[in-house]
Amino acid sequence: MPEVILSAQDLVKHYPIRSGVLRRVAGQVKAVDGVSFDLHKGETLGIVGESGCGKSTLGRLLMRLEEPTSGKVIFGGEDWSGASGRKLRQMRRNIQIVFQDPYTSLNPRMTVGDIVGEPLEIHSDVVPKGGRRKRVQELLDLVGLNPEHINRYPHQFSGGQRQRIGIARGIALNPSVLVCDEPVSALDVSVQAQVVNLMEKLQDELGLAYVFIAHDLSVVRHISDRVGVMYLGRMAELGEEDEVYSRPTHPYTQALLSAVPVPDPTLRGKRDQIVLQGDVPSPANPPSGCRFHTRCWKAQEVCTIDEPELEMRPDGVGAHLSRCHFAEPRLILETVDVSDVEPDTRFAGTEVQDMSDLGSGLGAAGGGEDLGSSAADAGVERSSALHPDTDQAPQDTTRLVDEQPGDDRPTR
Amino acid sequence: MTTTQDTTTPKEKTSGVTYTPEDGLLLEVEDLYVEFHTPDGIATAINGVSFDLHQGESLAILGESGSGKSVTAQAIMGILDMPPAVIPGGHIRYCGQDLLSMPEDQRRRTRGPEVSMIFQDALSSLNPVFPVGWQIAEMFRMHRGVNKSDALQQAIRLMERVQIPAARDRVKAYPHQFSGGMRQRIMIAMAIALDPAVLIADEPTTALDVTVQAQIMALLEELQQERQMGLILITHDLGVVADVADRIAVMYAGRFVEKADVVELYSAPAHPYTRGLLESIPRLDQKGQTLAAIGGLPPNLMRIPPGCPFNPRCRRAEDVCRRDRPELREVVPGRLAACHFAEEVINA
Repeated sequence: MPEVILSAQDLVKHYPIRSGVLRRVAGQVKAVDGVSFDLHKGETLGIVGESGCGKSTLGRLLMRLEEPTSGKVIFGGEDWSGASGRKLRQMRRNIQIVFQDPYTSLNPRMTVGDIVGEPLEIHSDVVPKGGRRKRVQELLDLVGLNPEHINRYPHQFSGGQRQRIGIARGIALNPSVLVCDEPVSALDVSVQAQVVNLMEKLQDELGLAYVFIAHDLSVVRHISDRVGVMYLGRMAELGEEDEVYSRPTHPYTQALLSAVPVPDPTLRGKRDQIVLQGDVPSPANPPSGCRFHTRCWKAQEVCTIDEPELEMRPDGVGAHLSRCHFAEPRLILETVDVSDVEPDTRFAGTEVQDMSDLGSGLGAAGGGEDLGSSAADAGVERSSALHPDTDQAPQDTTRLVDEQPGDDRPTR
Repeated sequence: MTTTQDTTTPKEKTSGVTYTPEDGLLLEVEDLYVEFHTPDGIATAINGVSFDLHQGESLAILGESGSGKSVTAQAIMGILDMPPAVIPGGHIRYCGQDLLSMPEDQRRRTRGPEVSMIFQDALSSLNPVFPVGWQIAEMFRMHRGVNKSDALQQAIRLMERVQIPAARDRVKAYPHQFSGGMRQRIMIAMAIALDPAVLIADEPTTALDVTVQAQIMALLEELQQERQMGLILITHDLGVVADVADRIAVMYAGRFVEKADVVELYSAPAHPYTRGLLESIPRLDQKGQTLAAIGGLPPNLMRIPPGCPFNPRCRRAEDVCRRDRPELREVVPGRLAACHFAEEVINA
C-alpha cells in the first residue's frame, strides 16, 4: 500500500453551547468526537453519514478551517494542528478543499480568472507573475472549461460549471490532497456524472488523494477506494469499499445500505429492508455506551454501558474496522462486478469535457453523431469552433426556470 | 403556506359537489401548456403534456431541475402564480370536470378534499407561528365546519396515523420543534386529512436523510394502498421511482419524452435521454462501474432548440432530429417515446 500522506489522530471538535445573560457554557455539541484514519497517496477515502454526523466538520478540521478541540492532523509526517502563519500556509499548499454549494462558494464579484488565480497570488512563488494567466487557462482547460471564459463571472455559469471552477481553484497549487465536501450533491443527475468522471480523471493524471465527503452512498461507493461510515461524531465502520458495502458488520451501516433506493424495479420487495425507528439523537447529548444503541435492533444492556472500540472485526472473508459489540456481516445487497462492462457509447459518453453550451439551444448543429468526442478532442479550439457566438450575452448559461417559483432544484 | 389550508373563506363548510370517477379514472391532463411571461421573454415551462391517473395508481414524473415537473403539479393544484404564469392551452379534468374552467371558489373546494399535495420543504410549507395540531385541525374546520375541539381530536388521530410518537403531547408543538422527518409526516397528515382521491407528492423526500426517506416512502405507500389514492410522485431520483411507482413519465424541457411501465422502462429505455440518465447514475449494487455522462445542460426554456429538444445533447442525433420535432408515439404496445429512433434505442 502506498505511503500515508495525511493522517487524522483522535480528532475532536466540540462547539460550546452558551446560554443565559452571562453566556455561560451550558454544554458541548460534540460534532466530531475522536476520529482517526490514514489517507494514502493517490487514494480516495469516502466519508458517509447522515446530516449532523460531523462529516463536514471533519473536512474543515483536516483543512484547519476549524481549530480542533484536541487531536492531531499529520501531513507528510508533520503535525500541523498547531501550525500558524507561514507554516500553515505552507501546509495549505498541499491540502485544499472543494465545497458543496457552487452557488454560494464562489465570490460573485470576482472573475473566474481571479477566483482560480487567487491561490497563485497568495502562494506567489509557485508560478511567476507573468505566467499566472496562462496557468489559470491551463487549469480551466484541465477541468473541461473553455479557457476563453477566463473573464466571465460565476453567475454566467451553470451549477456543474461552477463546481468545475471550484475544482480548478482547488488543484491550482498542485496539492496532494483534495478534501471534497459534498461536491456533487447540488447538481442534477446528468451533470453529476460529468463532475464525478472529471474528478476521477484528475486523480489519475495528478496523483491526487481525495477525502470525499458525501451523504450519497452510491456516489461514494463509485468513487472511493476505502469508506468510513460516521454516526454522531464517530466512525462506526471503516474499510475497503467492497468490505463496507458487500460485508458490512455494523448495524448502522447495514441499515443505511438497506435504505438506499436502487434504480432497479425488479428488486422491489425482494431487498433486505431494515427500517430504523426514530431520528438521530442530538450530538449535544449523545447516548451513553454505543451511540447507536437507541436505534439498534441488536442492542443489549452492554451496549448502553460500554462503548465498543473501533477495531478489526471479522466480516466473513477477512476483517475490517467496526465499532460494534455484536459485529457480524450481513448481506444487504448482492454486488455485481461490472468493471469489464463498457457503457454503450452510442447514447452517452464518458468524456469529461464540459459541454454545457450544447444544451443551451444556441449550439450550432453539425458534428452529428460524434459531436461529443470531437468536442472533447478539440480541446481549447472546441468552443469557438462549435459556437461562432461564444461572446453571447451572459444569459446563455443561466436558465430562467432557476428564478421561477417552479424551481425544483434539490436543496441538498 | 400550504394551499390545502385556505384561510380566505372561513365560512365554507362542505364542497356541495360530488365527484365520482368513471372506471376509476381520476385525473386527465390533456395537452397542457404553461408559459412564464417574464421581462426577458416567454419561457415555455410545459409544452403539451398529457396523462391519466387512475384510482390506486402511482405515476412518477421524473425530470431534472427546469424540466417542468413541479410546474405540472402546481398547474394541477391551481397554485401557479398567474402572472407571470399563463396557461395558454390544455385541460385538466378531475372526474370529468375541467378544473381550469371551474370558478375559483369551486376549485378551491377541490383542493384538500379531492386533490392535495405534499411539498418538498416541510419547514417552509408549514406556518411557523401556529402549533402543528392547529394547522392540521384547520383542514377540518375550514372544509368540514367541524368545531375546534373535535377538529383537534381528529388532528391527533391523524398524527398517530402518520406515526408521530406521543401525538397527544406534541399536538401543541410548533413546526421548528420537530425534526425534518417528523415535519414531513405532519405535511402528509395535512394532505390526507380530508381523504383526497389524488395525492401529489413533489420531491417529498429530497431534503431528508436516506434512513428517514425510507420511512416516509414506506408510509406514503401504505397510505396509498389503504385509501386507494391516485399518487403522482414528482422526483429526480431514479432509485425512489423504482421502489414506488407503477408507471413513469420522463420529462425533458417541458415535454414527456417517454412514458412506460416502470419495469419495462428500466430494463429497456426507449429514449436516449432516459437511457443516458440510467447510465449516468452510480449504483449501490455495482462496483467498477464506468459512468456515462450526458454532455451539456438542459435547454434554456426561452430558446428551446428546434426539432427534438434533446438533440444538442444526443449522440444519436441526425439531421432529422434538428429539423422535425418527434411526437410522443407508441413504439411497442404500451410504451410511448418521443424519438425518431426509438425502435433502435429500445433494442440497443
